[in-house]
Amino acid sequence: MLVIRGGRVLDPAGGTDRVQNILVDKGKVVRTISPRTQIPREFRGADEIDASGRLVVPGLIDIHVHLREPGHEYKETIATGCAAAAAGGITAVVCMPNTEPPNDNASVTEFMIQKARAHGGVIVHPAGAISAGQKGETLAEMGDMKAAGAVAFTDDGRPVMNAGLMRCALEYAGGLGMPIISHCEDLALKGRGQMNEGANSTRFGLRPIPPQVEEIMVARDIALCELTGARLHLAHVSAEASLRHIRAAKKRRIRVTAETAPHYLWLDDGAVANYDTNTKVNPPLRSQSDVEALRRALRDGTIDAIATDHAPHSPVEKEVEFEVASPGMIGLETSLGLVLRLVNENVITLKRAIALMTSGPARAMGLPGGTLSPGADANVTIIDLDREWTVDPASFASKSRNTPFAGWQLRGRAAATVVRGKVVYRDGI
Amino acid sequence: MKTDKGPATFGHKHLLGIEQLAAEDITLIMETADSFKEISTRTIKKVPALRGKTVINLFYEPSTRTRTSFEIAEKRLSADSINIAVSTSAVVKGESLKDTVKTLMAMQPDIIVMRHQNGGAPHFLTQIVDASVINAGDGIHEHPTQALLDLFTIIEKKQAVKGLVVTIAGDIAHSRVARSNILCLAKMGATVRVAGPPTMIPAGIQKMGARVFHRFEEACQDADVVMMLRLQTERQAEGLFSTLREYNRLWGLSARMLRYAKKDAIVMHPGPMNRGVEIDPEIADGSRSVILDQVENGIAVRMAVLYLLSGGTGDITE
Ligand SMILES: [Zn+2]
Ligand SMILES: [Zn+2]
Repeated sequence: MLVIRGGRVLDPAGGTDRVQNILVDKGKVVRTISPRTQIPREFRGADEIDASGRLVVPGLIDIHVHLREPGHEYKETIATGCAAAAAGGITAVVCMPNTEPPNDNASVTEFMIQKARAHGGVIVHPAGAISAGQKGETLAEMGDMKAAGAVAFTDDGRPVMNAGLMRCALEYAGGLGMPIISHCEDLALKGRGQMNEGANSTRFGLRPIPPQVEEIMVARDIALCELTGARLHLAHVSAEASLRHIRAAKKRRIRVTAETAPHYLWLDDGAVANYDTNTKVNPPLRSQSDVEALRRALRDGTIDAIATDHAPHSPVEKEVEFEVASPGMIGLETSLGLVLRLVNENVITLKRAIALMTSGPARAMGLPGGTLSPGADANVTIIDLDREWTVDPASFASKSRNTPFAGWQLRGRAAATVVRGKVVYRDGI
Repeated sequence: MKTDKGPATFGHKHLLGIEQLAAEDITLIMETADSFKEISTRTIKKVPALRGKTVINLFYEPSTRTRTSFEIAEKRLSADSINIAVSTSAVVKGESLKDTVKTLMAMQPDIIVMRHQNGGAPHFLTQIVDASVINAGDGIHEHPTQALLDLFTIIEKKQAVKGLVVTIAGDIAHSRVARSNILCLAKMGATVRVAGPPTMIPAGIQKMGARVFHRFEEACQDADVVMMLRLQTERQAEGLFSTLREYNRLWGLSARMLRYAKKDAIVMHPGPMNRGVEIDPEIADGSRSVILDQVENGIAVRMAVLYLLSGGTGDITE
């Protein structure tokens, strides 16, 4: 039993924003009560967290994470990735299947879930592969993976270039009631591209990637989503051009959802100036006008979720020439701080920010949680909104350090992370 | 004791690109190169300016022309120079640039001259070595010594560069020579035009100081300098042009095309040339061509750069 006492409870999905005590038993929220109401007798003597002066929200959910295990444990393991998530206030993650071997069958799915349970921290929901070996040729065993606990299917890391196969994947997954996550990238148009196309790519002498590389696949997959009536989720949307298609599709009630990542909301392609390989990411950092368009899309609901695309890499992949470096950056431990910075700078409201990290991602993936309603899993994030801190990769719980945000001054970070009633991270509370 | 008007020093440790240079830096290199060119007319062409200094020429791409030019420049300055080419080094076995360079640091080089297929590789190199780094061409990014020797040649032939119209034609998008030349010429007050099919013009090139033309005749109109770029024939497979025959007809520098330029216009090419593709043989070998002067001036300009980066001053007689 646990009582989270005296915090400002903000639950966008449940419509709550006031000081409340949260009563937790057997890993579930029993109910939230007014601080003036007496704590029920059965909860006296229960563990308590004093959350007064803090913000208490449904556990944050990050639906796009690369945990690298099995196969690339030198970059991250399920245990270190989960510890990083907990330190970032994140209570559940959806992990991508591009491991080695890839998560394209039930035994890998089970392995991931087992490893996460053994670690005993945040909840890991594996996303299975769309195609066997992520080769884009034949469908993977989605039914088996669903039975083993997979929550969605994607070939993330690469696109499904064959539209015929993508159609079948949407239909097949749709039949199982599961969403397809699309990594939108037209490889033929991308060619050997290294960074966003524009005056900066010309100046830095790096081959360009036009935003249409993403837009074309977003448009294609929305068309296939309409054709099949299945659920489509668009990963890491980075381009203004893509947003126009998503907005129009939503207006027509096509079942599409979309995420973007904190780095697309804070950095533009000028950040590549010094060939810092930590700024190399896929899709690439875009122009300032894309950044602004994405910020608007957070407000108007075109974007449903903020997810990190946490992509750990070691110095082997990053302390190399820009063109040789692997794309990707870590994000679990900076995501909340960077989103709260959007709130601090009045880009979005606090309520919207929390919705984008809780109920929005839960709905996009069809996951339980994202709310503190009675009966929900007691996944709770307690946030110190006033805590000022500096991003220091050396202090990260993640095994990797590849972030372009080192040295950023942020305000607001997780004070405690509670998963199914158990405190898995605690800092100054 | 230095007087107020002592010889100018070069305030840079590296030469990564023209982008980092101010017009005064470029002028100092030109003046220094002038003095070195004079030396190369003497019977004894060697000066002791870099005696005891070690220079490594680290070439990840084969380039006989640029490597030889640097090597001669280093020898004339009495430096100890070492050539490391991709085919003879461990690089072929998949060794990373970082590991290769750490091994080279055992030789305690003062300067590393690097040619690399990736844009930004010399910038990365500066983060892992103490030596001065000279970019001898990085991917499609910059090739600063080429732009400097081109500028030197233009000034030699035209006395000044300010106000001249310089047309650069060909695959601008994939040309480090074009990027460095655009920056350099614009900084020195020339009017820079770039010309090529739209497939070969990169986004936002205007921001670097060039005006874009899609018809070669218009681009050549009243030009003082026409600079042709080497066509990489593999660009055909990428869809950047149709056939060599058509490319030559639309974008090859012929006698007919050159008539649009000023009567005393000079013709340049960084080499190696595809005769009959981007330049007709009679133009390449004709009286307006300064292509061999470019090669010769490359040595003096590279001597100047090596000398200034080693702490030399504008006055080489001291
Ligand atoms: Zn992806
Ligand atoms: Zn991803």
